[in-house]
Amino acid sequence: MSRLEQRFADLKAEGRAALVTFVTAGDPGYDASLAILKGLPAAGADVIELGMPFTDPMADGVAIQLATLRALEAGQTLAKTLQMVREFRVDNQTTPIVLMGYYNPIHRFGVEAFIEQAQSAGVDGLIIVDLPPEHDAELAAPAQAAGIDFIRLTTPTTDDARLPRVLERSSGFVYYVSVAGVTGAGSATSEHVGSAIERLRRHTDLPISVGFGIRTPEQAAAIARLAEGVVVGSALVDKIAKAERPEQAVEDVLALCSALAQGVRSARG
Amino acid sequence: MAKRMGKKRLIAETGAGMHGVATATVAARFGLPCVIYMGATDIERQQANVFRMKLLGAEIVPVTAGTGTLKDAMNEALRDWVTNVDDTFYLIGTVAGPHPYPAMVRDFQSIIGKETKTQLQEKRGRLPDSLVACVGGGSNAMGLFHPFLDDASVEIIGVEAGGHGVTTSLHAASLNGGVPGVLHGNRTYLLQDADGQITDAHSISAGLDYPGIGPEHAWLHEMERVKYVSITDDEALAAFHTTCRLEGIIPALETAHALAEAIKRAPTLPKDHLMVVCLSGRGDKDMQTVMNHMAGAHPQETLA
Repeated sequence: MSRLEQRFADLKAEGRAALVTFVTAGDPGYDASLAILKGLPAAGADVIELGMPFTDPMADGVAIQLATLRALEAGQTLAKTLQMVREFRVDNQTTPIVLMGYYNPIHRFGVEAFIEQAQSAGVDGLIIVDLPPEHDAELAAPAQAAGIDFIRLTTPTTDDARLPRVLERSSGFVYYVSVAGVTGAGSATSEHVGSAIERLRRHTDLPISVGFGIRTPEQAAAIARLAEGVVVGSALVDKIAKAERPEQAVEDVLALCSALAQGVRSARG
Repeated sequence: MAKRMGKKRLIAETGAGMHGVATATVAARFGLPCVIYMGATDIERQQANVFRMKLLGAEIVPVTAGTGTLKDAMNEALRDWVTNVDDTFYLIGTVAGPHPYPAMVRDFQSIIGKETKTQLQEKRGRLPDSLVACVGGGSNAMGLFHPFLDDASVEIIGVEAGGHGVTTSLHAASLNGGVPGVLHGNRTYLLQDADGQITDAHSISAGLDYPGIGPEHAWLHEMERVKYVSITDDEALAAFHTTCRLEGIIPALETAHALAEAIKRAPTLPKDHLMVVCLSGRGDKDMQTVMNHMAGAHPQETLA
């Protein structure tokens, strides 16, 4: 059983949703970012999405665009992102890490070398936002052969005709982008998310994580009543943007993570 | 197409502003609201086209991310599109982007090659011997080239923006100075660093200032059907002045790259060689850039 399967199975037994947190690797710098990464599980993160910085994050809103720039300016590379995962795995064997980003840095790194190093570093899944299902086999197939889950995005515009195509060969969980838009945009209503999840469940048995526009413990709790996972990214990344020192960034991100985790854990109480 | 799909709003990205003006024009004609994304750097150097778009009722959104040029404008237009896809039609200004845009834009632009073919048949009764066009994303070039691809006797030359030279870091020649990658929904040649980060393009012409190229050009390059060369900023400027003085034509700086290549090749060719150069744009929009360049680099040449 993969770490992602195990985690979602355990949480199902506990009767609660997963808090899935996103931060950009290397933001605001390597050391502070690694400290955040290492602190997230104790602060209540059940699954960690780690953004691989790319110069042209066309699916991201301002918060994650700026995070990307901070990380690149601090010298983050794909090799360093893999190194962060390796260092995280020294004392954590249970929290799944999903790398999220764009295809070009992986393409340049070389798919074969990337998969090999991601596997040995302890990466559990990939979300590549600019690879549509029609074109992702060159990465998805070797990833899954190496035991790395390939997680696809579905959106309000992914209709019943297209969903089977998107879900075919998806693994780990299904990421539901709850609003048409970029990361950090406005949030969807619970009614919308509820009916969207109902529709997804007719097509898949995989756990469903909902993201985009979820910023507060209250919003996280509302989604946690409906889905198996709640993804928060921009709100955490904003804490890094506002921090005056790297230590403060670490502290503020972990504090928000704890508050979100409380929201998620109290949701079905 | 937008009307047929029931879309109520048009968006586009633009570099030099030509595509923005064209989009703003159809939007005005059909009564649709129009938003144009344009890099802040390009807004600065293409004031005339910015003013034209405003006259036509378009809203111009300056993009300050990255280098504030075409690729950043395209990122921002894509973000708008995914947010407003229900009511918005995105007119991509070149033969790049996600499928079916490269094919769709090629088919629309191929009117250039079709007319060229018909007119030459009428006037000369034969095919041209060679075709020359400038290539940024590559829409005017693809439009000219496409109807001739199966005519093996026609030599086809695409001209990339060499900036300060393709051996420097300041150019926009993706085929001559880039490597394959994936950006904006297509796999093509890109200017990028060893980590796969997209590097900044440079060209004196805003319309060629893009770190990628349409994927069909990449394919024609690899199969060697089209020869892709590069022309530097200085060579393009020299061709700009020559064409103004000798022909009475003020070409766009983009087009001046194609003209520079034509001027290089012509003396080596027989008198009856029939060469077609795509005059893709006029230079009114570039007056400020040329004036600034003359004042800066060659003060003795200023016309003032």
